[in-house]
Amino acid sequence: MSTPVHDLPAQQGAMKKQPAHPSRWKRSRGTRVRITNGLFKYYFLFSILALCFVLALVIFFIGKTAFLTFNEISLSQFFLSFDWTPEEGEFGAASFIVNTFSLTALTLLFAVPLSIGMAILIAEIAPKWLKSFIRPILDLLVGIPSIVYGYLGLTVLIPIIRSVSGENLGDGLLAASLVLTIMILPTVSRISDDAISAVPKKYREAAYALGSTRLQVIMRVVLPAAGRGIAAAIILGMTRAIGETMAVVMVIGNTSQLAKSLFTPASVLTSNIVMQISNVEFDSTWNYALHMMAFLLLVISFGLILIIRLISKKRGDEAA
Amino acid sequence: MSSFTPTRKNKRALVWDKAATGLFYALGACILLFIFWLLYTILSKGLPGINLEFLTKLPEEIDVGGGIGPVLFNSFYILILSLIISIPIGVGSGIYMAEYAPKNKFTEALRMCVETLSSVPSIVFGMLGLAIFAEYFDIGLTILGASVSLAFLNLPTLARVTEEAVRAVPSDLRNASYALGTTKFQTIRTVVLPVSLHAIITGICLVAGRAFGESAVIILTAGLSTSGEMWDFNLFSPGETLAVHLWYVQSEAIVEDARQIADKSAAVLVFVVLFINLLFRVPLWFNNRKMKR
Repeated sequence: MSTPVHDLPAQQGAMKKQPAHPSRWKRSRGTRVRITNGLFKYYFLFSILALCFVLALVIFFIGKTAFLTFNEISLSQFFLSFDWTPEEGEFGAASFIVNTFSLTALTLLFAVPLSIGMAILIAEIAPKWLKSFIRPILDLLVGIPSIVYGYLGLTVLIPIIRSVSGENLGDGLLAASLVLTIMILPTVSRISDDAISAVPKKYREAAYALGSTRLQVIMRVVLPAAGRGIAAAIILGMTRAIGETMAVVMVIGNTSQLAKSLFTPASVLTSNIVMQISNVEFDSTWNYALHMMAFLLLVISFGLILIIRLISKKRGDEAA
Repeated sequence: MSSFTPTRKNKRALVWDKAATGLFYALGACILLFIFWLLYTILSKGLPGINLEFLTKLPEEIDVGGGIGPVLFNSFYILILSLIISIPIGVGSGIYMAEYAPKNKFTEALRMCVETLSSVPSIVFGMLGLAIFAEYFDIGLTILGASVSLAFLNLPTLARVTEEAVRAVPSDLRNASYALGTTKFQTIRTVVLPVSLHAIITGICLVAGRAFGESAVIILTAGLSTSGEMWDFNLFSPGETLAVHLWYVQSEAIVEDARQIADKSAAVLVFVVLFINLLFRVPLWFNNRKMKR
């Protein structure tokens, strides 16, 4: 597709008037253009490879340290024991893993109905002016730092939870999942909104022509058609909820135990890492175990990304 | 005239429809009100107490009345350094994916890499920075380490927004440019980039806002302290940022006015993030309006 400029007629005409080495000048300009063209192609290729190199660095550095864990403690202890007392050599991460999953599930329980409702409102029901008002606001909300959400959770939400539930502390899964809900709500609703808006108009018109009400169109035609996109949005929200650190660490209570109720101070993978990693020796089983937890986080998010890819790939096949 | 008599089922459907519409509006109103209340709470608690002194003074460990001067400076310093590192590579890889990448297995693998990297939790980038800079190079917790780790975090988002922006450029424009006999790179430089620039800049603002408020990476790579001087450009001094300072003040500080400092820091943080987001978008909105007319 690319044709280098070296002998445009107009340029040749201009060149002939120049007395000193017209042909050399012409050739050098053409060569320069060709060389830049080639160089930049390699530069762009280099930058994408650099990006992949970063991913390799992540996996290498975290994984290298992580797998040293199993020289010291057994696989079954790490994954199945609920006892995390590093001072006495007990490195059971099961409570963190279970807490991470229950926190994510609880968050989704709150966030999914809210954000899909919001997405339906923006995409199907609201008039145009309202749409162009809500969308930028949701986009702004994505930008608010997670630490601020955590701080608000600590200073505003936890006192409310305390007075409503009558608990002494108020920290725990409920507080953390409410904070996370607010954090992933804009992401999930904006992506679901895109998925719903992408449903072809003819589907809706066909349903209306059969005499459906708007609710029937939304529930029976639009949502099923946008289902895969919405599923991808929910999984993306999940990856954010699992990987979120600072907002969770401020409200969850940071105690290494299994969260048996909504108000038990607990700890998840991310919050435990950030609370402990600065205080441990680099060459210690404790540090290795923390790296193993980070590696677990990586594996979980890679798995979720794979699922999203599978979902959207199938959608592509259907459209074709 | 109308011979259509609604059955009970029809009537029920209509009632449900009305009720659901009302419910959706109520839900939307609640969420919007909640968002405004959230912003109001943050800004109203903190903004009234902010003055120039607070923004430029050094933090105090024991006495009342400490400022956030160095941490605010570090926030911007680390942000700018990380953008300097990540923009050339991020935008470059976005352009590669949109303009050069052939349709084959290799490209699929590259795309997979970008998506995977964007799913890596920020705390893991912090641990990577810790492993590389504090352990491997053994330079401790530094501004340099924080900037590089933050740049890693920015890369996949930058690549994605650039790719989307470049793909949105109509191919007519490219073909017209090729018809004038330009090379591929000349077309990218003189046609594709200028057209997609405003989308790329919006994307960069998004990334910058996120990076400014990022704390999990910085807390592990730049530490919880500053060098204690204002305007410290040394790359190897510890570089606590504003977001980390907010965490430090509310969890570990022993000064009496910790609560006020935290409130004010949160307000400054949100204000700057909103400002970064708005600053570059407003002129673009006006531009768009002009173009449409």
